[in-house]
Amino acid sequence: MSLEKTHPKEVKRILAKYPPEQKRSAVMPLLYLAQREEGFINKAAMQDIAKMLDITETEVASIVGFYTLYHDEKAGKYRMQVCTDLPCALRGADEFLNNLCGNLGIKVGETTADGMVTLESVMCLAACDKAPMFQTQGPDGIKYHENMTIDRTMELIEALKGAK
Amino acid sequence: MAHILLRHRDIPDINKIDVYKKNGGFDAFKKAVTKMKPTEVTDVVKNSNLRGRGGAGFPTGLKWSFIDNKNWPHYVVANADESEPGTFKDRELMESNPFQFLEGLAIGSYAVGATAAYVYLRGEFWQVSAFLDEKIAEMEKAGYLGDNLFGTEYSLKIFTHLGAGAYICGEETALLESLEGKRGQPRVRPPFPPSFGLYGKPTIINNVETFTNVPPIIANGADWYKAMGTADSAGVKLFSLSGRVRRPGNYELPFGKTFRELIYEHGGGVQEGRPVKAIMPAGASSSLIVVDDKVLDTPMDYATVRTLGADLGSASVIVIDDTVSVDWIVDKTIHFFKHESCGKCTPCREGNYWMQTITHRIHSGEGKQEDVDLLLNVAKQMQGKCLCALGEFATMAVVTGIERFPQDFKKAVK
Repeated sequence: MSLEKTHPKEVKRILAKYPPEQKRSAVMPLLYLAQREEGFINKAAMQDIAKMLDITETEVASIVGFYTLYHDEKAGKYRMQVCTDLPCALRGADEFLNNLCGNLGIKVGETTADGMVTLESVMCLAACDKAPMFQTQGPDGIKYHENMTIDRTMELIEALKGAK
Repeated sequence: MAHILLRHRDIPDINKIDVYKKNGGFDAFKKAVTKMKPTEVTDVVKNSNLRGRGGAGFPTGLKWSFIDNKNWPHYVVANADESEPGTFKDRELMESNPFQFLEGLAIGSYAVGATAAYVYLRGEFWQVSAFLDEKIAEMEKAGYLGDNLFGTEYSLKIFTHLGAGAYICGEETALLESLEGKRGQPRVRPPFPPSFGLYGKPTIINNVETFTNVPPIIANGADWYKAMGTADSAGVKLFSLSGRVRRPGNYELPFGKTFRELIYEHGGGVQEGRPVKAIMPAGASSSLIVVDDKVLDTPMDYATVRTLGADLGSASVIVIDDTVSVDWIVDKTIHFFKHESCGKCTPCREGNYWMQTITHRIHSGEGKQEDVDLLLNVAKQMQGKCLCALGEFATMAVVTGIERFPQDFKKAVK
């Protein structure tokens, strides 16, 4: 089903941001929209967006492949993306991630058995003064969680499980 | 002294439009549009000696004066891609003092005759982007954005655009490619954006912090601004302090304060009272500075920091204490750059891959002295051979790490 049919208002709002002859600019916001439901972008969605913007499916796929926040494979409902770059690592991010792996019983890149959380290690998230920190990418967009402890993270995961 | 940029620390609710208005908000924009010619606005910014806050320090007014007036329409883009490890200032500005940033963007747009401006935010700033959308809507409702502003012929719209996780999009031409719906890969320059920018049209791109400086400059004049800071670097700067300090965070200081003041007075000193071993003043792209008393007492402005063999860049000061080995720092930075290389230029794409292989080997204790020599060799071969600065930045910590902290590498390969 085309995004124009399922999300007509959002598509219109997105296209209105760019000059009519430059609608290719809408590819990134449209990909976010397509990703919202399932957490990844399938081939049909790429075809739909390509058609809407008069570009090739390959061009759309190259955008999905280039940017780290687009996914073409299913993962957990929430991707928990821990920053382990230098400034965070100087404030204990590597140990935090290790402990989190231990608590969740999974390795980086894996998903919990209930399909709720995929744990990932990511590059700098511009919150270096509030490490350890991570973002969650899920159906409700991207959210920051800063100055985190293992206890608070496990509480958050419980809360996410409770949320519909 | 009251803050000029981090005004929310003095006036907590300044991200509400009424509070912003009550505190002089939009006066500068109104003054520019109703009382000044666009070129006069550019001249004031030029005379203020404001330099770009994204890292390069290019004179802002001069950049604006380069706009090609033979080719229309013009665009203005705010670079809110903030992705340099160690930098977290633009986010605070957009979250807590958003109207001053948007007003600066509007003034810049008026100065170069743009009727559409974009804020390009890194994809991770999802919530910030939604918040800015609300603030833009409030400005439209209050008559500060839209058609015929202040009863003049001038009209302006501001749009947000979210990236999707790519450090390279902070490079201005990669940002433009991304905004055009393509992979974020840098363009060959020249032509530069003021003549060939977004959709091939003349475009001015400035950092969020740069724009946030503009309203007070227009309101108070160039001389008021120049009176702060140093002769080389006018005005105030946000210093993002991170690493092994007691109180990491953003600090607004005039240029010319010392590293010691930043780290000890504002940052509360190093954790556990340990000594500072090294500083990276420009985030992960930075050269490593060996720290002694002389370095701590060095004033922080663009020209003086350069005498220490480093650039001030976006002033993201990462503090490293004596418990940290530099081979680990280098391994961490290369891990980052290897991930973020866009793949367009071979020396950067391949060089970072090989450097990561070697830094991993050294850091895991399986390296030899030949590996250190090879690492330095690869880094030096990358320098000066890439289209954008990423290929250059990736080598900074490697080269200065090996040359300035040889003892750490000696220990690591033993």
